[in-house]
Amino acid sequence: MAGDGSGASPAQPIRSRRVRTRYPARYSAASLLWRGKRPWPRIWDSGDLGSSYDAVVIGGGVHGLATAYYLASNWGITNVAVVDKGYLGGGGSGRNTAIVRSNYLTPDGVAFYDRSVQLYERLAVDLNLNVMFARRGHLTLAHSDGALRTMRWRAEVNKHQGVDSDVIGPAEIKRLVPALDTSDAPRYPILGALHHPPGGIIRHDAVVWGYARAAAALGVEMHQNTEVLDIDVAGGGGPEGKGPGGRVTGVRTNRGDISAPVVVNCTAGWASLVAAMAGVRLPISTHPLQAAVTEPVKMFLPAVVVSGSLHVYVSQTDRGELVFGAAVDPLATYDTGGSLAFAEELAGHVLQLMPGLERMRLLRQWSGLCDMTPDYSPIIGPTPVAGFHCDVGWGTYGFKAAPVAGEQLAACIAGGQVPELIEPFTLSRFAEGRLVGEKGAAAVGH
Amino acid sequence: MLLVPCPNCGPRNSADLTLVGESEPRPDPAATTPVEWRSYLYEEDNPAGWTRETWYCRLGCGRFFVTERHRAENRFRNPPLGPSGEPPGRT
Repeated sequence: MAGDGSGASPAQPIRSRRVRTRYPARYSAASLLWRGKRPWPRIWDSGDLGSSYDAVVIGGGVHGLATAYYLASNWGITNVAVVDKGYLGGGGSGRNTAIVRSNYLTPDGVAFYDRSVQLYERLAVDLNLNVMFARRGHLTLAHSDGALRTMRWRAEVNKHQGVDSDVIGPAEIKRLVPALDTSDAPRYPILGALHHPPGGIIRHDAVVWGYARAAAALGVEMHQNTEVLDIDVAGGGGPEGKGPGGRVTGVRTNRGDISAPVVVNCTAGWASLVAAMAGVRLPISTHPLQAAVTEPVKMFLPAVVVSGSLHVYVSQTDRGELVFGAAVDPLATYDTGGSLAFAEELAGHVLQLMPGLERMRLLRQWSGLCDMTPDYSPIIGPTPVAGFHCDVGWGTYGFKAAPVAGEQLAACIAGGQVPELIEPFTLSRFAEGRLVGEKGAAAVGH
Repeated sequence: MLLVPCPNCGPRNSADLTLVGESEPRPDPAATTPVEWRSYLYEEDNPAGWTRETWYCRLGCGRFFVTERHRAENRFRNPPLGPSGEPPGRT
């Protein structure tokens, strides 16, 4: 495989971010005063779809845009098109619960997400856009001795890698989040929690728009309402020259054909369908994940609270709404219609944690499509079709990984080697039988 | 709520059943390479259309059965019968 680490040192990225980025407008207090009521210039205007690019990214979500941005900013590859069949950030990027953390279980996972949190921390400066990162701390509750043991395990793995995590008891939990019922009255009393201070929430739309704006300023084209109908592959073992052993030559869209030596699949829930166009079969099944939001109230929840046993995670947005998420629906489907059963179960579980919320009203619920892999870990990097890269399989936690995934995939595409951080997550791990055991910390633990 | 047509119990709430996964012929473990076996274990077609899948009637009759479902519209249809007219069994 490509990244065996032997031989020549990997190519080094260029560092030209500050020099080449030219925004149509700066967002600053001075420009606000100066601009007055005059309209802001368009962030980008991509015009017509070109016939040839150095790379085509399929999927205009946070992963696709981050990949395009880092290709341009770190590697100087700016002749890139991001195509999306809908609008930018219309899939999982705009439907997730916006939680960022790095308290994973496996050393591979911790190293990877820690890098992502670091990138998120300086993202507002890099993109010159306030992404509203609120570093509130993240509490993963334990309701059983077994869960508490796993928390201890995670805390020790985290500490070993320099990530701030610790196990705290009910008294400390009550001090941090007074709204939680830490008595022994509930059916599943809170015995302890994994406290992860670097975790928090971030404005997910701002991240999408920040990446899009910064990438556009570097010359990347964004094409919305551009659906990929087929991927051209030559020399492969399957029908029409597709499949393993082939090389990607371009994509066909509803707005015309594009030739490109590199095609990146960042389509999350639709990843299997896009990969099938290139003759690649993925170990992915698509499940919806439902989330819900309440009416806004005054700020009372200072941390992100997660309960794996009760299948719920909750945080309060800057507007005061409580955002709830749950586990994926057990049924594999592309149908994003919500269910009453979900709302009922969710409400029951939230009231177990915070009985004081019984008069709160849900404003709305929605669902997004998750691309679930057998080991709850992503598929990132090259595929058996040369030039066809994947950044998929993120399942329920793709948002928090977007910066590092984009950065590392850009390095993989431009440098020609699989970087060390994403080595454990290549597609080949399934054929080689080396799955990543991340389910314990990834399932529901958002 | 999704009603799943169990051949023994009739329509049941999908919460009573477990979707085992896509139904494809199980290769012979004795004559399969590890790579082929892992491909059978992990890879999925995952289409946004009709697919043949195995269900387990967990809270009902406790049997496995095969049916076809449209994964975007969540409609069911009966899969074609076997070569000698038998209903599709567990695969």
